[in-house]
Amino acid sequence: MRYLLQRLGFYLFTAWAAITINFFIPRLMPGDPVQALITRYQGQLDSKAIDSLRTLFGLDNESSIWVQYLDYWGNLFRGDLGTSFTYFPTGVSDIIGQSLPWTLGLMGLTTVISFLLGTGIGIYAGWRRGSWLDNMLPVTTFLSAIPYFWLGLIAIALFAVQWSVFPASGGYDNSLVPAFDWPFISSTIYHGTLPALTIVVSAIAGWILGMRNMMVSVTAEDYVLVAQAKGLPERRVMFSYAARNAILPSISNFALSLGFIVGGTLLVEMVFSYPGIGYILFQGVGAKDYPLMQGVFLIITLAVLAANLVADLIYLLLDPRTRREA
Amino acid sequence: MALQATEAAVAAADTEAAPRRDRLRFLRNGKTLVGLAILGVFVLLGIFGELLAPYDPSARGDQLMASPSWDHPFGTTQTGQDIFSQILVGTRGVLVVGFVAAVLATVLGVLIGVTAGYLGGFGDDALSSLSNIFLVIPGLPLIIIITSFLPETSDLTIAAVIGLTSWAWGARVLRAQTLSLRNRDYVQAARATGESTWRIIVFELLPNLTPVIASGFIGTVIFAVLSNITLAFIGIADISEWNWGTVLFWAQSNQALAQDAWWWFVPAGLCIALLGTALALINFGIDEFINPRLRNDKADRAVRMRVGFTPVLRAERAAATASATASAAAPVATVPAPAEPPEPAAASDGPTRKDDPA
Repeated sequence: MRYLLQRLGFYLFTAWAAITINFFIPRLMPGDPVQALITRYQGQLDSKAIDSLRTLFGLDNESSIWVQYLDYWGNLFRGDLGTSFTYFPTGVSDIIGQSLPWTLGLMGLTTVISFLLGTGIGIYAGWRRGSWLDNMLPVTTFLSAIPYFWLGLIAIALFAVQWSVFPASGGYDNSLVPAFDWPFISSTIYHGTLPALTIVVSAIAGWILGMRNMMVSVTAEDYVLVAQAKGLPERRVMFSYAARNAILPSISNFALSLGFIVGGTLLVEMVFSYPGIGYILFQGVGAKDYPLMQGVFLIITLAVLAANLVADLIYLLLDPRTRREA
Repeated sequence: MALQATEAAVAAADTEAAPRRDRLRFLRNGKTLVGLAILGVFVLLGIFGELLAPYDPSARGDQLMASPSWDHPFGTTQTGQDIFSQILVGTRGVLVVGFVAAVLATVLGVLIGVTAGYLGGFGDDALSSLSNIFLVIPGLPLIIIITSFLPETSDLTIAAVIGLTSWAWGARVLRAQTLSLRNRDYVQAARATGESTWRIIVFELLPNLTPVIASGFIGTVIFAVLSNITLAFIGIADISEWNWGTVLFWAQSNQALAQDAWWWFVPAGLCIALLGTALALINFGIDEFINPRLRNDKADRAVRMRVGFTPVLRAERAAATASATASAAAPVATVPAPAEPPEPAAASDGPTRKDDPA
C-alpha cells in the first residue's frame, strides 16, 4: 500500500511537472510565434479565442506570470485547452476527445499482441539458447532498427498500392456513419489491420530480445536446476519456474519504453492518416496550430502516466516482494 | 560486472597489460566488428559524401521519376533530382545530429547520474526524481513540441533539443551502477587515503563505468538519429538541409507511394535500418563484453550444456537485464535494470525507490 501511494505521488508530481513544462515552453522560446499567428488569422479569430490564446501563450503582458499560471490551471480544470486554428472554431478538447478512442484502440491492441507474441517467442528462444532461433536475432535487430513510419510506407506500397489488399489510409469507410453496428466495426477492423501489423512488427523485436536475455539468465538459477532435478515436465519448468521470474523485468521495461512506443505509434497514424491523436498532431504541426499541438502533448503525457501506473499495478500483482513491505 | 570491475581495479596498478587484453577481446567479437565496419562506411560517406555525389542533390534534371539505372543508381525524383546524391549528401547531417545529441546527452547523464549515485541523500532524491520525470514524459512528442516553437531548426539546434531531452536513461543506469561501486573496497581505500571527491569519481569510478556509458551513448545515437529523421519526415526540421528524413519527406509529400516510385523511399529507409543495426550490434558487443553469459560463440556451443547446468556467476544477473533492451532503437536501448540489487527485481529499482517528493 505504501508502495502504491508512493507511485501515485510520483505520477501526480510528474503530471504537474509535465503541465508546467507545457506552460513554460511557449514562454521560454525566443521570438513570438503566436503573435505572428494572431496577425495571420486576424479576421478569423473571435475575441474569445484570442483571449484563450493569450492565456495559453502568455501574451497577457498586464498580468504577472504567476497569475497567468493560475489562469492556465483554471482553464485546464474546466477542460478548456484553447481553440484550434486548423479545425476552427472547434475547441482542442473536442478534437482530442474524438480522436483519442482511435489511438487508444489501435495502440492498446497492438501493444497487447506484440507483448504476448514477443514474450512467447522470447521465452522459447531463451530456453533453447544456441538453437536456430538465435540466428534470427540479427533479423529482429534489423527490424527494430527500422523506423515505424518507414515500415508503414513499405506496407502501404506493398499491400495497398501493389496488391490493394488493404486500404492505404483512414480509420473507416468514409461512406459509413460512425455507429456501433457491424458494417462500421468490420470496416474499422479492415482499415486498422495494416497500421496494427506495422506496429506489431516493429515493436515485437524488443520484447523477444528482452525476454530471451532474461530467460538465459534465469535458467541458470538454482531453483530451475532443482525443478529439473525433481523431474518436473519441461513445459512446467519453462513456464512456471523460469518464465515466471524472467517476465518481471520485461514488465518494468515495458513501462519505461512506453513513451517510445507511443512516439512510434503516433507516426504510424500520420503515415496511414489514421484518425487518431498522432494524425491530429501531424495536422497541428503542419499548420503551426500551437494550441492543438500542446493539447495533444498534454494528453499523450497523461495517458502514458496512466499506463505506467497500470504497469506498476500489474507488477504489484505479479511480484509478491513489492507487496511484502506493506 | 564484478569480474570486470576487480580486473580493472587490479589493473589500476599497472594500467598497461590487463585493459589492453580486454579491449582486444571486445574487438574480437564478430558482432562488434560487423557493426563497427558498417558504421565506418557511413562515417566515410558522411565525410566524403559531398565529393562522391555524382550530382548536386538539389539540382533538377531532365529525367523525371526515372527508376534506378546506371546514371541514377537510386532513380530520380519528380523534378529529376538524383536520389543517390541526396542520400550521400544527407549522411553527414544524420551522423552529426546523432553524435552531437548523444555526446550532449551522455555528458548530462554522467554528470547527473554519477553525482546522484555518489552523493546520496537529498541531492540524490532531487536528481533521480528529475531523471524519472524525463523518463516518463514521452520523448518524441516533447521534441516535436519544442522544435516546432523554435524560430530556426538547423541540424545543431535539433541535436541540442534531442540531447537535452534524452539524457535520463543514461543518468538512471549510471546512478544505479555508481551506487553499487561506491562502497567497493577500492573506493573506500581511495577515500581513506584522502583523495578528493572529484578524483575518486574521475579516476576510480569512471573507468569502471565505461562500458555502461558506452552502451548508453550508442543507444542515444540510435534514438537521436531516428528522432532527427522523424522530425525531417514530418516537416519540422529545416528541409533545405539534406538528410535521409528530408528525402522521405519529399517522397511522402509528392505521393511517391501512389506513383509506385519505390526507389524514392526504399534506399533512405534501408540506410536508416542499416545504421541502426550497426549501432545495435556494437551495443550487443558491449553487452556481451560486460556479461559473458550472453555470449554465444563456438566454444559455448561445443559444450552445449543442458538448461540449468550453466555455471553461475553471481553478480551477473542484473547485468543480463542490461542487455535486455539493447535492441530497441532508443535510449530504451540502454538499461532499465541497474546492476546492483541482487534480486531480479533489480529492474524495478525505479518503482521501489523513494522518488516520491510529495
